[in-house]
Amino acid sequence: MTVQVEINEALGREYEAGFISDIESETFEPGLDESVIERISKMKNEPEWMLEWRLGAFREWLKMEEPDWALVDYPKIDFQAIAYYSAPKSMKDKPKSLDEVDPELIRTYEKLGIPLIEQQMLAGIAVDAVFDSVSVVTTFREKLYEAGVIFCPISEAIVEYPELVKKYLGSVVGRKDNYYSALNCAVFTDGSFVYIPKGVRCPMELSTYFRINEQNTGQFERTLIIADEGSHVSYLEGCTAPQRDENQLHAAVVELIAMDNAEIKYSTVQNWYPGDENGKGGIYNFVTKRGICHTSAKISWTQVETGSAVTWKYPSCILKGDNSVGEFYSVALTRGRQQADTGTKMIHIGKNTKSTIITKGISAGRSNNSYRGLVKMMASADGARNFTECDSLLIGDKCGAHTFPYIESRNPSAIVEHEATTSKVSDEQLFLCRQRGLDPEKAVSMIVNGFCKEVFKELPMEFAVEASKLLEISLEGSVG
Amino acid sequence: MSNTKSLLTIKDLYAGIEEKQIIKGFNLDIKPGEVHAIMGPNGAGKSTMGYVLSGRDGYEVESGSVTFNGQNLLEMEIEERANAGLFLAFQYPVEIPGVSNLEFLKASVDAVRAANGEEAISSSELLKQAKAACKQVDLPLAFLKRGVNEGFSGGEKKRNELMQMLLLKPKLCILDETDSGLDIDALQLVAKGVNSQRSEDRSFIIVTHYQRLLDYIKPDFVHVLADGKIVKSGDASLALELESQGYAWLENGNVEAKIEG
Ligand SMILES: Nc1ncnc2c1ncn2[C@@H]1O[C@H](COP(=O)(O)OP(=O)(O)OP(=O)(O)O)[C@@H](O)[C@H]1O
Ligand SMILES: [Mg+2]
Repeated sequence: MTVQVEINEALGREYEAGFISDIESETFEPGLDESVIERISKMKNEPEWMLEWRLGAFREWLKMEEPDWALVDYPKIDFQAIAYYSAPKSMKDKPKSLDEVDPELIRTYEKLGIPLIEQQMLAGIAVDAVFDSVSVVTTFREKLYEAGVIFCPISEAIVEYPELVKKYLGSVVGRKDNYYSALNCAVFTDGSFVYIPKGVRCPMELSTYFRINEQNTGQFERTLIIADEGSHVSYLEGCTAPQRDENQLHAAVVELIAMDNAEIKYSTVQNWYPGDENGKGGIYNFVTKRGICHTSAKISWTQVETGSAVTWKYPSCILKGDNSVGEFYSVALTRGRQQADTGTKMIHIGKNTKSTIITKGISAGRSNNSYRGLVKMMASADGARNFTECDSLLIGDKCGAHTFPYIESRNPSAIVEHEATTSKVSDEQLFLCRQRGLDPEKAVSMIVNGFCKEVFKELPMEFAVEASKLLEISLEGSVG
Repeated sequence: MSNTKSLLTIKDLYAGIEEKQIIKGFNLDIKPGEVHAIMGPNGAGKSTMGYVLSGRDGYEVESGSVTFNGQNLLEMEIEERANAGLFLAFQYPVEIPGVSNLEFLKASVDAVRAANGEEAISSSELLKQAKAACKQVDLPLAFLKRGVNEGFSGGEKKRNELMQMLLLKPKLCILDETDSGLDIDALQLVAKGVNSQRSEDRSFIIVTHYQRLLDYIKPDFVHVLADGKIVKSGDASLALELESQGYAWLENGNVEAKIEG
């Protein structure tokens, strides 16, 4: 057996979350105009100001061009061929408790390893489960409420906490920010809302699990996390979708606000359907994630990206307050024909702001994996520092790894350091592992896991195990 | 002894890499419990022999047979050979960054156990054994947490190979110049490690350039490998002879003839 064949076999695993749930849904006809937005707003019982906000974004979007600077290649998206709302019929009457939720929905999440029944859940983790365009259930809400923490679907927050939403929605990612975020502002359907009051350490991990089920439907979720002064929260999002031959669009916006001395840890395990090995099907993942740090606040993004046909995603930090800290830890694995263009932006405004960027790109098959990062030191950022490390690992010789670091410094006292390496899973490493008894599959996944260790250790413990398992399963693709 | 079953029998083996024949008519018979030293000039094919026996990709066998513990070794996958008890300590151990030594040891031990129908070793038992092995090869315990060979010095890498051997308890240990690059203390340590593992059901092939090591490990046989085959075999005293006279007297005209041809 040649090394190539072995690696192929090691990589040859199926996408495990690819099943379709048989759930009766209410789905809009494909197409997008102002009336569709009005319908979405109505479905959600939104106040007038929200509808106006959406329509304003839509009008901006119409004037914008789809960006083409990323190193990704996909056919033009027909935005009129997408349905912008889909929800299980059973959700129409807003189930009051889990007993009223369609058991098929609960089973779907169970199959994905996310039990929604509180007794069965991992203690210490609250989950918001979003299915297509609606939130199905949010667990542990009462327990969190006792601590003063608000964790609910954003559609509900718009109605229940309009002041908070009005003040912060769009405050970090403006409506005109970019093409996909403008679209999201116009048509977003659900997502999570989190508010941690002053000085509170959120007693549980919060997590949202996104599932796209319906065909030809886009998922446009919106997440808003506000950590008030001196508070602390750790939040995790996970995502999967069925295996379908058509591409599906996912354009999310996440905004984080870390007030003075607050800390937000945001982790993502992204496992959208990546398409088959010839590049048929899969999710287009065009996501805008950004956080703002006030004085001495800290935002830490950790992402493990294994899915999607195309990923376009740059979780960023605006380090506005003095002494604030931004971190970005990323593992991006591409295989088959997957394309990922991902990275971060660290905008240093305050004095003595610090940022750390550590990325691990793994490319296999005929995939393309790019790191794109911007470190910007504003004139005001005296004593600011950045450290960037980008490592790429190639499996086989038909894949690509690229690094695009952009550095803009307007402050001579700011220090920016950048390191980059590219390596291969070598014949020698594989041989050593096998000589010690490991089969090729285990050997490759162990080597890749080792490569990612620096990032995995940033994930909450339960998820670090999940992530390395996911990596093992995701090491699919062909090197031939 | 002579009617004990052999652990390893190599017959008329011809093998090489990328069309280049390197092993040219190799014969060797090893019985359980025996220690065989293989010496020979650079480029003779000693490392190649170890790779061929362990089944490394790219190494092609042209003809001949190898029987290991009653099985046709040449038909087995690399990991099957390992799990059947064949262990190769590398001349140049490779680094696996980020994979801790302990993790690697557990995966290896578990693989061998699984192949023998045993269940995985408990983490506490593994840790206990690993600590003992660390001590035996004189590596600080902190090395268990470090990445496999990651940033290890040459000598530390060699000790690490021995540590793996101690935990895996193979039937046949092939040590490829495990003594090269070691200081005198470490040399004794390797010898001690080997001697402590000598037993009736474990055999060794020790590839070395130095008689020194063989002072501490008394081999049952010494072979000289030159140009892909064994040109002389003897007992431990052969190593002493080689030390004083070099290899030239064994190869006599061969090398020159080749250069001229
Ligand atoms: N990939 C390869 N392609 C071609 N020739 C090779 C290759 N690998 C090894 N050789 C050759 O095979 C011969 C035997 O090499 P080998 O490493 O087995 O020698 P050795 O006896 O272990 O030497 P040393 O004592 O220096 O370790 C050498 O001439 C070497 O150059
Ligand atoms: Mg050698």
